[in-house]
Amino acid sequence: MLKQVEGSIAVAEAIALCRPEVVCAYPITPQTHIVEGVGALVKKGELENCEFINVESEFAALSVAIGASAAGARAYTATASQGLLYMAEAVYNAGGLGLPIVMTIGNRAIGAPINIWNDHTDAMSMKDAGWIQLFAETNQEGVDLHIQAFRLAEELSCPVMVCIDGFILTHAYERVDIPTQEEVDAFLPPYDPVQVLDPADPYSIGAMVGPEAFTEVRYLAHEKQRQALQLIPEIAEVFKDVFGRASGGLIHPYRTEDAETIVIALGSVNGTIKEVVDEMRDDGMRVGSVSICSFRPFPLAELKETLIGARNVIVLEKSLAPGLGGVVASNVRMALREAPLPVYTVIAGLGGRPITVASIARVIKGAEKGELPDVQFLDLDEEVVAQEVGRAAETRRSGPTAENILKTLGAVSAGRH
Amino acid sequence: MSKESALQRVKFYQTGTHTVGNRLMDEDSRTVQASMDRSNAITSGHRACQGCGEALGARYALDAAMRAAKGQLVAVNATGCLEVFTTPYPETSWQIPWLHSLFGNAPAVATGVAAAMRRKGRNDVKVVAQGGDGGTTDIGFGCLSGMFERNDDVLYICYDNEAYMNTGVQRSSATPPTARTATTPALGDAPGNVFGTGKNLPLIAMAHNIPYVATASVADLHDLEAKITTAMDISGSRYIHIMVPCPLGWGSAPHDTIRLARLAVESGLFPLFEAEHGEVTQSNKIRRKVPVEEYLRPQRRFAHLFRKGHEDTERLAALQRMADVNIKRFNLLAERESP
Ligand SMILES: Cc1ncc(C[n+]2csc(CCOP(=O)(O)OP(=O)(O)O)c2C)c(N)n1
Ligand code: SF4
Ligand SMILES: [Mg+2]
Repeated sequence: MLKQVEGSIAVAEAIALCRPEVVCAYPITPQTHIVEGVGALVKKGELENCEFINVESEFAALSVAIGASAAGARAYTATASQGLLYMAEAVYNAGGLGLPIVMTIGNRAIGAPINIWNDHTDAMSMKDAGWIQLFAETNQEGVDLHIQAFRLAEELSCPVMVCIDGFILTHAYERVDIPTQEEVDAFLPPYDPVQVLDPADPYSIGAMVGPEAFTEVRYLAHEKQRQALQLIPEIAEVFKDVFGRASGGLIHPYRTEDAETIVIALGSVNGTIKEVVDEMRDDGMRVGSVSICSFRPFPLAELKETLIGARNVIVLEKSLAPGLGGVVASNVRMALREAPLPVYTVIAGLGGRPITVASIARVIKGAEKGELPDVQFLDLDEEVVAQEVGRAAETRRSGPTAENILKTLGAVSAGRH
Repeated sequence: MSKESALQRVKFYQTGTHTVGNRLMDEDSRTVQASMDRSNAITSGHRACQGCGEALGARYALDAAMRAAKGQLVAVNATGCLEVFTTPYPETSWQIPWLHSLFGNAPAVATGVAAAMRRKGRNDVKVVAQGGDGGTTDIGFGCLSGMFERNDDVLYICYDNEAYMNTGVQRSSATPPTARTATTPALGDAPGNVFGTGKNLPLIAMAHNIPYVATASVADLHDLEAKITTAMDISGSRYIHIMVPCPLGWGSAPHDTIRLARLAVESGLFPLFEAEHGEVTQSNKIRRKVPVEEYLRPQRRFAHLFRKGHEDTERLAALQRMADVNIKRFNLLAERESP
């Protein structure tokens, strides 16, 4: 049914349609509306046969999901930012145990300095925890990916994170088509676990493994992700058959056929990028873009195939690996190791900074002229940076950087009034 | 018992009159361990040290829990000695469904298992979570308090050997004052652990008003089994704190495990009691009160208190005061009721 609805509520409804049996909740902005939404559906009786458990931390939230999943229940939780870090140990544990938990990340920056706005630092911090990571471009895709995520997780026995941009998606009211229960039931069979705590067939889950077999266990986790490379497009195909719309898959190329410059990004910013692509195409420039939907497993072959004819590749990413540059860009370079192309890293949108059409266009033109540095921070305020560097050089006790910058900005804006 | 083939049946050999759980007593008074039909939840072949109180306590506790649950039991385990010595790769000692996730999350994992069982319509399956003192009083404390506060249907058992044994005997918040551990060495003016304010987890559990809290000891295995059985009959959050001497960490002889556990009880340092909904309902009376010295002296972790010519009388007196406070608080010396 078509609805004008907040992203979080749409996701909550999608979760309910997937009939989770245990949902654990701990609040953090911008994830709150999702678990509140699921909780309300349980309380109203619309989501039946579901335990909604309010816990005392994110660490407990995922731990409850681990126990529930190992006992054969379909388990779900959601978090963001600091919450994802707080549960980090359990994230790796669920990955290592191969428990098909689905978790939404309402992507948000990580402090310090504390910041509630959107970027992808949280998800990137867990990119190697053995979870599948899917990024939604729109709220519609957010809904669809969650439904696909349960099927994917359970077929592979591997946890899946569905990443939706905090605020930009979670808090945006958009038109979303919420499927019917019949459609979802036809697509998503009941959970049939590969391992389960059962007194009739007792075994030990989570036992110690030494050097004799640890490598093999880890190898199989890698292999599982490689299987996911096959399964993700297959599931997207089936989804299309049942629901009549394309969603998910590994990557979404946009006007890349004869493109000389291709911009790669994750999540909602692809909407803006496509706008730029259209405008530039109208001006006769050969530009395209690729939205990476599956960041883990990373679609090396598909990217290579899409990028091979281009002259410039720009990775516009909402995450930073301090001391290196881009997280996503490093992965993209891996895809191009046999066909080296210049891959530019553009760090953008950190802590919620808007990414504008004009700035993206400027970057693309820079790349085409060969003027783009290896790593660029989009719309960096050089003046503020220079002032702070100067202050730090002047006195030993220069104080906290973030505080100083806020003071500088405050003085500047006060002066403008 | 479900799926008989998965379980290794117990064999008893005649070794003396009072072995294997008072088999000379009448049937009703015998321990769970005395029965050939006990589930043998942790079977032989595990790698615990000789004289390990934790291995003993866990076997008695889980076999009693298995009997109470009619074999429908799932155990969740925190990281620690019990987890490590029962699952030496590629073997396992567990004959029941068993899940180890992390060091600090056993209570939450157990909550999840219990929730799943309820949703699966398996109300007959009971859940036990277990951890060492470190996993319980320190790193798992937040999750445990959450489990209590929600009154989740889990029996949590803490095996208290008063330090982080699995990592090589470091101090935990359950380590007694003056005890030597690897991180509270017997050096300087006040060797061993400091006198803090203490962190009495059974009392903290009681402050959550959960339906049942008890302390138990491997010195009185019959009492331990009875408390487990009582706990298993109650729904909601239940907590049992078992003292389990550790020869390796305490520097004691393996054959002294039971003796030391008994001396801890008889000195008043480890009071045995039961509580319901935050109120103490019963305490086990001390039959023969002993000075704390009798308990401390055989343990090398307290050796610095008894150096020839340098007896640490001041701190020994402070430890005695701790025992005396317990005796008063839990009414451990009250007259036994006449028959
Ligand atoms: C998060 C985390 N921190 C530290 C450890 C290391 N560690 C494993 S077992 C253990 C000690 C366990 O002590 P306790 O809970 O008292 O159980 P015991 O071994 O004494 O029975 C420690 C510190 C760990 N596994 N995980
Ligand atoms: S170190 Fe202590 S607790 Fe661990 S196995 Fe040995 S005796 Fe048992
Ligand atoms: Mg311990």
